[in-house]
Amino acid sequence: MEMRSAEFKTRSVFAIHDGGLQKAMGMLRDGFVAKRTVQAAELPEFEQLREEAKNLKNHILDNLDHYLERYEAAVTAAGGQVHWARDAAEAREIILGICHRVGAKIVTKGKSMVSEEIGLNEALIEKGMEVVETDLGEYIIQLADEPPSHIIAPAVHKTKDQVSDLFEEAHGGPRKTTVPDLVNEARQVLREKYFKADVGITGGNYLVAETGSSVIVTNEGNGDLTQTLARVHIVTSGIERVVPRLEDVTLFLRLLARSATGQETETYTTFSTGPRRPDDLDGPQEYHVVLVDNGRSKMLAGRFRDMLRCIRCGACMNHCPVYGSIGGHAYGWVYPGPMGSVLTPLIKGLDNAYDLPNACTLNGRCGSVCPVKIPLPDLLRELRHLQHKQKITPSLQRHALSVWRFAATRPGLYHFGERIAARILAFAGRKKGRLRKAPLASAWTDSRDLPAPSGRTFLEQWQSQRGKS
Amino acid sequence: MNDPSKRRPRVGLFATCLMNVFRPNIGFSAVKLLEDAGCTVEVPAQQTCCGQPGYNSGDFDAAQALARQVIAAFEGFDYVVGPSGSCMATIRYDYPEMFADDPDWRTRAQSLAGKSFELLSFLHDELGVDRVGARLKTKATYHDSCSGLRSLGIKGQPRALLATVEGLKLKEMQDTEVCCGFGGTFCVKYPEISEKMVDDKIRNLLATGADTLLGGDLGCLMNIAGRLKRINAPVKVFHTAEVLAGMADGPGIGDAPQETR
Repeated sequence: MEMRSAEFKTRSVFAIHDGGLQKAMGMLRDGFVAKRTVQAAELPEFEQLREEAKNLKNHILDNLDHYLERYEAAVTAAGGQVHWARDAAEAREIILGICHRVGAKIVTKGKSMVSEEIGLNEALIEKGMEVVETDLGEYIIQLADEPPSHIIAPAVHKTKDQVSDLFEEAHGGPRKTTVPDLVNEARQVLREKYFKADVGITGGNYLVAETGSSVIVTNEGNGDLTQTLARVHIVTSGIERVVPRLEDVTLFLRLLARSATGQETETYTTFSTGPRRPDDLDGPQEYHVVLVDNGRSKMLAGRFRDMLRCIRCGACMNHCPVYGSIGGHAYGWVYPGPMGSVLTPLIKGLDNAYDLPNACTLNGRCGSVCPVKIPLPDLLRELRHLQHKQKITPSLQRHALSVWRFAATRPGLYHFGERIAARILAFAGRKKGRLRKAPLASAWTDSRDLPAPSGRTFLEQWQSQRGKS
Repeated sequence: MNDPSKRRPRVGLFATCLMNVFRPNIGFSAVKLLEDAGCTVEVPAQQTCCGQPGYNSGDFDAAQALARQVIAAFEGFDYVVGPSGSCMATIRYDYPEMFADDPDWRTRAQSLAGKSFELLSFLHDELGVDRVGARLKTKATYHDSCSGLRSLGIKGQPRALLATVEGLKLKEMQDTEVCCGFGGTFCVKYPEISEKMVDDKIRNLLATGADTLLGGDLGCLMNIAGRLKRINAPVKVFHTAEVLAGMADGPGIGDAPQETR
């Protein structure tokens, strides 16, 4: 999809004034956040699980080549095939190649953020295939021709009324207005597609090295129908999603649903191992896994390695007050919120997404809820450091920092400047105790008064009272 | 004679930039609380800023230069104490990180970090202060500033001490742990998002019916007070230290000189 992260500032301001979006975002806060709080409190070992998951992920990343090779061998032994894609273009080529070979006309899709990352839908449609998203949220935004605004709730920015409008236009009415009616209508439309589909594409939450299984978790069961009923099943996943043993999956499953939606567990957890075997009653004829690198091995080697622990739960964005204020689209690509603000610059370029690491108060709430303890604020600050070093940071800010540094490393000069500032601001605000406007401070005073000082600085008063120390 | 337990602890007060210019009363409140608790307080003249604006803007060189200055100015004290969770978290957590590749300065940074504290956590956790003699008749609510809360674990200490202020009733607001939208330079780089966040904070604050907002970081308090004054909301804003020291009898942050209680 088209990358629009450079428009962050403009789009975030539009988002703040979008009444429908603001209404929808309020429900996100009250839903996911409140439920996660309850779930985390009800599981006494929740904090211990976070630590275990972090350690296990670190172990996997330390031995990633080993586990990936084991995984490939296990998939092959089960009759499936693993394909390695260095970047988005290679991943698209591989999938288009499979679809072309099997003569695919209709492709159904379960929810897959990697497929969004590699821009798969556009590529398939361009080659004349009909692509049908089967996750309800993904289906809604496909009808609206929009990218997802959240990694697990892609249509979270839509209100029910907006969905009613979309369905009425796409399905021809009569207009449904209740959630059960809307869900039923989508279900009927999608059911037909599952049976007609040639290829079913899903993501892979976990790839089990021990067994060669891919695991998906959904609340709608759409992923199961997508991968079981099509002739060919293609799994798209990042190389970092492998886990050593089958039992390791349980650790992540216990954390994922609680962190993501505040459920104890998702409704459906489904393991796929290879294509249909002779005695199986159903299942695909072919089973492919496309493992996507797309910048991940570079992350593995550098200081952003911690980011590869991400299990894509969305807790960081659910708890991010900036995301909560502007929604996901302002971030301009497929991954929004704190995790997206780290991933997007790393995958798409630091200079193409300047604002993302900067539009953050470093309040730390994301890191405090991350189920695998990714130090997201530290990574965002590190990205700012790289932007500064590479001179991507705007020159005005760089100059301001130089002036500040010059003064702040000279205490006499700095204190003199502070005394002058305190006097001027105190004089200007002497009647009301605050200023409605101040020179060079419009970014502050456009929406806030500036509390005025009383006149003499603390250091000045202290020194006259007690002498210099 | 260097054992702090055998004499009055010698505390170097970290006079934060915002406090120094905008609200000296917080500094004097901190001094009173520390002296009442038996400390000797000094304010080194060689201090300026902790370096956080540089660090958070990605200018790690500038941040290091400031950190060296702070370390040199304060390493001779038994403790470094400041009335801000944000600045003190920088000294306590970020300084050792900043010098990861410089063993000498890293040792000095770690040594300073180990004896650097935010004011209220220092009084409550280190000195065992569990009550104050202050009095203030008010219904207050408390905003948990992010750095103090998440980096330094400041949550119970201010509340425990405020509970001993005669006449003060604390009513908790919803989402008290959610950022107010200040975020240092964030509030001027992304003013519209910041405004939205502070409005959310103020909605929760007003819903408590409190007439006073308290907090431990002047940046956040100036942000919230500035917005409260702009929308003419009749809520007074004070730093917790001012209330605990019994020095909240003057105008609140952003109030006119005559608007005393």
